[in-house]
Amino acid sequence: MAMHEAAVVVHDLTKRFGSFVAVDRISFSIERGEVFGFLGPNGAGKSTTIRMLSGLLLPSEGTATVAGADVAREAEELRRRIGYMPQLFSLYSDLTVEENLQFYGGLYGLGPSTLSGRMAQLQELLGLGEVLGRLTSTLSTGWRQRAALACAIVHEPPVVFLDEPTSGVDQSARQQFWDLIADLAADGTTVLVTTHLMEEAERCTRLGMISRGKIIAMDSPHALMAGLDGLIFVAEVERPLEALQALAGQPWVRDSALSGSRVRVRVADGTADVEGQLRAVLDSAGIAVERVRETRPSLEDVFVALVGDAGEGEAA
Amino acid sequence: MAESAVRIEGLRKRFGEIVAVDDLSLQAQPGEIFGLVGSDGAGKTTTLRLLCGLLKPDAGTMAVAGVDVLREPEQARGRLGYLPQSFGLHDDLSIAENIRYFADLFCQEMSEVAERRDELLAATGLAEFTDRLAGDLSGGMKQKAALICALIHRPEVLLLDEPTRGVDPVSRRDLWRIVYGLPAEGVTVIVATPDADEAERCSRLAVLAGGAIADLGTAQELIARHTSRLVEVSVADQPRARGALRELPGVAAISSLGESLRVSLTVDGPSADELAQVLREREIAIGGATEVEPRLVDALLLLEARAARDGDA
Repeated sequence: MAMHEAAVVVHDLTKRFGSFVAVDRISFSIERGEVFGFLGPNGAGKSTTIRMLSGLLLPSEGTATVAGADVAREAEELRRRIGYMPQLFSLYSDLTVEENLQFYGGLYGLGPSTLSGRMAQLQELLGLGEVLGRLTSTLSTGWRQRAALACAIVHEPPVVFLDEPTSGVDQSARQQFWDLIADLAADGTTVLVTTHLMEEAERCTRLGMISRGKIIAMDSPHALMAGLDGLIFVAEVERPLEALQALAGQPWVRDSALSGSRVRVRVADGTADVEGQLRAVLDSAGIAVERVRETRPSLEDVFVALVGDAGEGEAA
Repeated sequence: MAESAVRIEGLRKRFGEIVAVDDLSLQAQPGEIFGLVGSDGAGKTTTLRLLCGLLKPDAGTMAVAGVDVLREPEQARGRLGYLPQSFGLHDDLSIAENIRYFADLFCQEMSEVAERRDELLAATGLAEFTDRLAGDLSGGMKQKAALICALIHRPEVLLLDEPTRGVDPVSRRDLWRIVYGLPAEGVTVIVATPDADEAERCSRLAVLAGGAIADLGTAQELIARHTSRLVEVSVADQPRARGALRELPGVAAISSLGESLRVSLTVDGPSADELAQVLREREIAIGGATEVEPRLVDALLLLEARAARDGDA
């Protein structure tokens, strides 16, 4: 596999709708075989970017090439080189998995012999054997997503777009799906994922975070978590709901959230004696504290910190 | 002891040959945020629909805030709020009109619910958007508006089915902050979700599999009971690494996590160094192997895998 070969190159890409700048001069590149996650609040510009990269929207300014095809000038070529799996995939529910694959293969102009060879490959790659003959309407969400992925890659595209592919899918099916994605990437397919689910984001090799049309962070999940602005502490407490209310109002607490019986807070780097301050607040609220400790930041901590510090709540 | 907010006993529901809920019994105490977590088809949504009287059970009893759901369905319905996966906000009505509509459904006079409405609008930050059509709201705002409609009649028990699906992490925290305020008002919350991230936020969890309870406890208890050790191995060639590790005794589960593999190990399983050694012997390049703290997702994966095996047996 050739490394450091760019699959997606974006330069100063911009999209305006009237006076609204949805995507504001973003630049980045994605190497072949990466699983790249695109994150951001609703309305931040994620979908607009993906639509431009998949040839559905023309950029107002800037350039982008995907698998070597210019998104503005080579739309036909682009379409052959990408696969797209929307969140609610349009699998035909009254067709079997096999018939859906034949249908999508036909759409991409695969001849009968190419198609049958490809179907055999997909069966093996995605383990679809046992469900090929079943109507897609009778499949579990996990199987349906796997079948949808098969349809999206039936024409062997070098670049695949996935939109929150395992939303509503249980843990085991999610794990299996993402193992397949890792296999695809290892074979050199480049995968672009847009998602709100941190359980999906942490499975990407690199993440780009977009807010108000601009990229505000781009790095591997580990590097993003390591580079979080602030420290994360968890306190195991007797009455977590009340503890959360008590802590949320403290000026030195940047964010707070619950995780079961634990309260999770982010404080600024260098905050002195966090444990002492936490205990003092909870003590005066009459809440017993079992344990306080610092913990590894999660991707959600990173997302909330970056988007919150960029001053954006949800785009109203 | 205080009356349970939700009491389910011996509940069964079958759709043709599929047993959706299989002799389910559970109790949620007042003020709990109780999670029903499990895979697709585990019975989560069916249980919620049975609780709010949309479906009739084949057997069993249910009570909500002490009211028998089957014998006094109207009474029980008044004590419940229900936010299904796709909540029926009317897209062509404004937020204010939607709230009025749902208040009417529950036979509440607007004068009586005005105070409640204003409280909820303030808590959700939607006060300045009441004239906006529901169809023009973003995902997070729509869910907040839906939550107001489900709470307008002051239910004692709120049922939420995957409440933050499609909602970004910042809005998700906002929604949960509202949910966390409910127990103080005496509302008990039942949340159904397949996501560990979401389930982790509940005060207690029932893990459902095949329509029955696979285990019950706080997130921390489930993690302690079902995981032992976890090692993250940073590795580029994941397919080969997975293949090599899968064969090892003591390896319970492996999942891909970006640039690393997350390996669940049994108590007597190999150490991080031993895993690294195995990969190096196979000439698979690794960046490192470190032991990390198990999370709820790891416990759920192992529980689901066990339930699937038991189901096959």
